[in-house]
Amino acid sequence: MAEATSTGKGVRTRPTSPHLQVWRWHVTMAASILTRATGIALYGGAVIAAVWFAALMVGPDAYGPVMILLGSWIGKVVMFGLTFSVFYHLAAGLRHLVWDAGSGFNPHTANMTAVGAMAFALVATLVVWALAIQTGAVR
Amino acid sequence: MSGDSQFRTALGRARGLGSAHHGVSAFIVERSTSVALVPLCLWAVYAAIKVAPLGYESAVLMLRQPVNAIMSLLLVGVSFLHMRVGLRVVIEDYVHTPAAKILALLANSALCWLGWAVATFSILWVAFVGGPVH
Repeated sequence: MAEATSTGKGVRTRPTSPHLQVWRWHVTMAASILTRATGIALYGGAVIAAVWFAALMVGPDAYGPVMILLGSWIGKVVMFGLTFSVFYHLAAGLRHLVWDAGSGFNPHTANMTAVGAMAFALVATLVVWALAIQTGAVR
Repeated sequence: MSGDSQFRTALGRARGLGSAHHGVSAFIVERSTSVALVPLCLWAVYAAIKVAPLGYESAVLMLRQPVNAIMSLLLVGVSFLHMRVGLRVVIEDYVHTPAAKILALLANSALCWLGWAVATFSILWVAFVGGPVH
């Protein structure tokens, strides 16, 4: 709750951030939320990778079904989303490293790098999937 | 966390002992793992495309190659470490009830260590023993 209301003990609840209901959407905010969302998506991706490695250890009886699941339409949607997540989170991470070094905070620069990260992720995802289709990785 | 001792000067360490006494090590782990993951995740995309069309036997042979096994181990190790510190921040931002927060932080750590152990053991098994477990 963003409203400062009484807790009944004479202590007001502290205001919380980022007040989604009063802020106008802007690209750096979308970029920040997308960084977190893709990070959480990649958490799921790492679990999928661990399952894949385990299936390879267990044998063909486990590996076959895992690959069928990953190759199904829902598996393809998930893998496409994970490809985008890898490239977006990568670009956003580099953006954060530049910020940590002390530059890139100018609003115009921050807006440009936000759009750039999104554009890079989209283009890289499409290029990788085109290559994957071409090489027979995606059928 | 090794970050605290490796990358700080003695004065920086002495001055940095704030109320939590260890704050900057988390910052360094977040950054150092993210730098390491730049080449590792690019390799992961490349390797995924290479391994996807292969059958079981060929996939095993691919992971048995030393370069692929070593890169897989590094990818898994650094990823789960990065994920653990990354999701910790998300939990600390959104879960404020002490009991729920502690449970969420423990579950996050447990899942990351479990995923790391399963993946690492599987990679080593395939690399050294090969084929199926039975």
